[in-house]
Amino acid sequence: MIPELGQYALMLALGLALIQATMPIVGARTNDAVLMNIAAPAALGQFVFVAIAFAALAECYVASDFSVLNVYENSNSAMPLIYRLTSIWGNHEGSMLLWVFILAFCGALVALFGTNLPAALKANALAVQAWIAAAFHLFILTTSNPFLRIPDAPFEGRDLNPILQDPGLAFHPPMLYLGYVGFSIAFSFAIAALLEGRIDAAWARWVRPWVLGAWMCLTLGIAGGSYWAYYELGWGGFWFWDPVENASLMPWLAGTALLHSAVVMEKRAALKVWTILLAIVAFSLSLIGTFLVRSGVLTSVHAFAVDPTRGIFILAILVVFIGGALALYAWRAPLLKQGGLFAPISREGALVFNNLFLTSACATVFVGTLYPLALEALTGDKISVGPPFFNSTFGPLFIPLMLVMPFGPLLGWKRGDILSAAQRLFAAAMLSALGIAAAFALEHGGPVLAPFGIGIAIFVMAGAVTDIAERTMILRVPLRAVLRRAIGLPRSVWGTAFAHFGIGATLLGIVSVTAWGSEHIAAIKPGDVIDISHYRLTFDGVFDRSGPNYRDVVGHFTVRRASGDFIGVMEPSRRTFPARNMATTEAALMSRGVSQLYVSLGDPNPDGTVPVRLYFKPRVLLIWLGAIIMFLGGGLSLSDRRLRVGAPRPAKAKAALQAAE
Amino acid sequence: MTRKQRRLVLIGAGLGVLAVAVALMLNAFRDSIVFFNSPSDVAEKHVEPGTRIRLGGLVKDGSIVRGNDLRVRFAVTDGKTEIPVTYQGVLPDLFREGQGVVAEGALDGGGVFNADTILAKHDETYMPKEVADALKKSGHWKDDYAQRAAMPVTGAAK
Repeated sequence: MIPELGQYALMLALGLALIQATMPIVGARTNDAVLMNIAAPAALGQFVFVAIAFAALAECYVASDFSVLNVYENSNSAMPLIYRLTSIWGNHEGSMLLWVFILAFCGALVALFGTNLPAALKANALAVQAWIAAAFHLFILTTSNPFLRIPDAPFEGRDLNPILQDPGLAFHPPMLYLGYVGFSIAFSFAIAALLEGRIDAAWARWVRPWVLGAWMCLTLGIAGGSYWAYYELGWGGFWFWDPVENASLMPWLAGTALLHSAVVMEKRAALKVWTILLAIVAFSLSLIGTFLVRSGVLTSVHAFAVDPTRGIFILAILVVFIGGALALYAWRAPLLKQGGLFAPISREGALVFNNLFLTSACATVFVGTLYPLALEALTGDKISVGPPFFNSTFGPLFIPLMLVMPFGPLLGWKRGDILSAAQRLFAAAMLSALGIAAAFALEHGGPVLAPFGIGIAIFVMAGAVTDIAERTMILRVPLRAVLRRAIGLPRSVWGTAFAHFGIGATLLGIVSVTAWGSEHIAAIKPGDVIDISHYRLTFDGVFDRSGPNYRDVVGHFTVRRASGDFIGVMEPSRRTFPARNMATTEAALMSRGVSQLYVSLGDPNPDGTVPVRLYFKPRVLLIWLGAIIMFLGGGLSLSDRRLRVGAPRPAKAKAALQAAE
Repeated sequence: MTRKQRRLVLIGAGLGVLAVAVALMLNAFRDSIVFFNSPSDVAEKHVEPGTRIRLGGLVKDGSIVRGNDLRVRFAVTDGKTEIPVTYQGVLPDLFREGQGVVAEGALDGGGVFNADTILAKHDETYMPKEVADALKKSGHWKDDYAQRAAMPVTGAAK
C-alpha cells in the first residue's frame, strides 16, 4: 500500500509540475495575474507530493519491506536504522528521488519567500524550475521507479554495498545534491530574465543568496566526500581526480565564479551578460555531473547501474536544457543593457580576474574529464587522464588566483590603488616569507617548490586577516573602538574574510600532505615495531570482533612517542559482510593536533604476516577544516541583513502596506 | 577608458588566460595520458618498454606467487595472451585469481609488466568496464559475467 501511495504521489507531482511549467509563462506573456499566481501554489503542492513519495520510500526502508525491489536490493534487516535510511540514496532510483525532492524543496522556498519578487520574474522562474522537475519526474517514473514490487517477497534483503555503510554517507549525498540542485534556482532566474529580455542589479540581489546557499552545501558536500574517501577506501588519499569527483568540482568552480560576478552585478550593475551565462553554466555542469555519475558511462562507486535507456534519457534532458538555455542566451543576451564602467585595477577588475581563472580552471577539468569519453567514442582508444594531467594544468591556474586573492577585498570599487593595497599587505607578505623560511628549515625532503606553496597559503590566510584588521583599524585606535568597528562591519565582509581564510587553510593542508606525508608499507607479525615520523608503533596481534551485519578482524597497535611515552592504541580492521561476501578496510586514524596517523590492514598472508599501510599525514585535517571555515563564511554572508531582506520593496508597495494597517 | 577599450582589455585578458590554459592542457596531454591495453593489445601493438600503460584482464588461475616484502607475481590474461606482472605493495580488497584487474605501470625489457598501481574492485560482482570490453573482443566473455554485471549492484573502480 505504502509504495503504491508513493508512486501515485509522484505522478500527481508530475501533473502539477506540468501545470506549473506552462500556465505561469502564458500568464507572464499576457500579463494575466491569475495565471501567474498559479505558480506559487503549484510549486508548494508539487513539493508536498514529492515529500509524500520520499516519505513513502523512507517508510519502506525503515520497515524493511522487501517486497519492494529497491529495498530488497539495497537493504537488510540486520542493518542499523541509520544505514537503512541512508540506503535510500545509496542506489540509483532512491538518489534520483532525493534529487527531485530537493528540487521541489528549492521551488517551494522560492514560492514561499519570493514574496517581494516582481510577479512576472517569479512566475517565469518557477515555470522554468517546473520544466526541470517535470523532466526528472518523468525520468523516475519511466526508467527508474523506486516503488517497483517483486511478486514473491524475499525474507531478507541483499544489503547495501558495505563501503557505503558509513555515517559519512548520511550527509555527503544530500549536501552535494543541495548544492547541485540549488544552482537550478540561479538557472531558472537566468532563463526567466532572458525570457523577459530585461535584467537589472536587483536580479543579482535575489539570486545571490540562492547561489551562496548552494555553494555552501556543495563545499561541504565535496569536503565530506573527500573525507569519506580518505578514511574508508584505505589508501589515505583525499582527492583522486576521479571523473566522479571532477563532476562535483566543476559546478563548484563555476558556482564560485558566479558568486563573485554576481557581487559585481549587484554593486555596479556590470557583467550582467556574463553573470547570466555563468548561472546557466553552473547548473549545466551540475546536470552533466548527474549524467556522468548516473548514466554508467563512468564506472565507479557512484555508478549504480549500467542501463542504456537511463543514460539516453538523461542525455536527452541534458541536450534539451543545456542546448535550449544556451540557444536562448545567444538569442536574447544582446538585448541586455551594459552596465557601469571600471578601470582594470579595481575591485571589479579583481573579480573579473577571479572569474577568468576560475572558469579556465573549470575548463581544464572539463576537458580532462570528458576527453577520454570523447576519444573512446571517436577512435575506440581507451585512455585514462590521471592526477598528473590535472596537477600540471589546474595547479598553475590556481597559483595566480591565490596570489591575487588577498588584493581583491582591499581594492576600491571602480578605481583601485594597487600600491596602497600592496603596502597594507606588507605584513602578510612578511609572514608568508617567514613561513617559507620555516618550511625550508623544519621540513625535510619533498619537492623544492613545496615551501612556496606554504608561503602562498599563509599569504592568503594573512591577507584575509589583513582585510579585517584594516577595516577595524586594529592597533591604530583603542581596543573598544576596534570592537565596535568589528561588530559594525557588514557580515558579508566577515564572510569574505572567512571564506578566503578557509581556502588558504585547505591549501596549507594539501601542500603539507602531498609534500611531507610519509608512508610505510610492510608485512608485519606480532611484536614488530615500526617507526614513522616521530612515532613508534608496536603491532600486538589480531583478534576477532563481530558487528550487527559484519565480522571484523582487528589489528591492535600501540602508539608511542619516539621517546617511549605511551600515546594510545589504534585498531584498524578488515570487515567482512556475509550478505554480499565482501570485505572492506576500516582504517584507524589518530589525530595529533591537525596531523593524523593512519593505519590500514590488508588481507593476512598464509604465513601469518599481515600487510599494513601506515601513513603520517601532516596537517591533513586542515583540508577539511578549511572547507568548514568556507562554509561558515558563506553562512555569515548569507545572514547579512542586506541579503536576508533581499531587494528593498518599492516605496509604493510599502506605503500601500501601511495604509492597509 | 571608453567602453570599447574596456571591452577590448577584458576580451584580451580572457583570451590570454584561455591561451595559457590551452597551452597547459596540450602540454599535459603530451606526457600524462595513459592508454589502456589488454594483453593481446600489448602483444599486437608492440608497446615499447618503459611506456606507461594500463593493463587489464583476468588474474590467471594459479598464477599468484607471493614473495618477501609484499612482492607478488601473477599473470594477466584475456584468454589469448598472458603477461607476467610484478607488484610490490598491499593488494586491493578483492584481488583474486580469476577476477578482473587493471594494473598501471610499464613493461621492462624482458616482457614483464612492473605495476606500481593495482586497481581492483570493491564488489564481488563488478567487472571493470575496460576489462569487460577487452574480454568481449577476445571472445572470452562468459555469459556468467554479463548476468552478474546486469544485476543492479554498486560497483567501484576507485
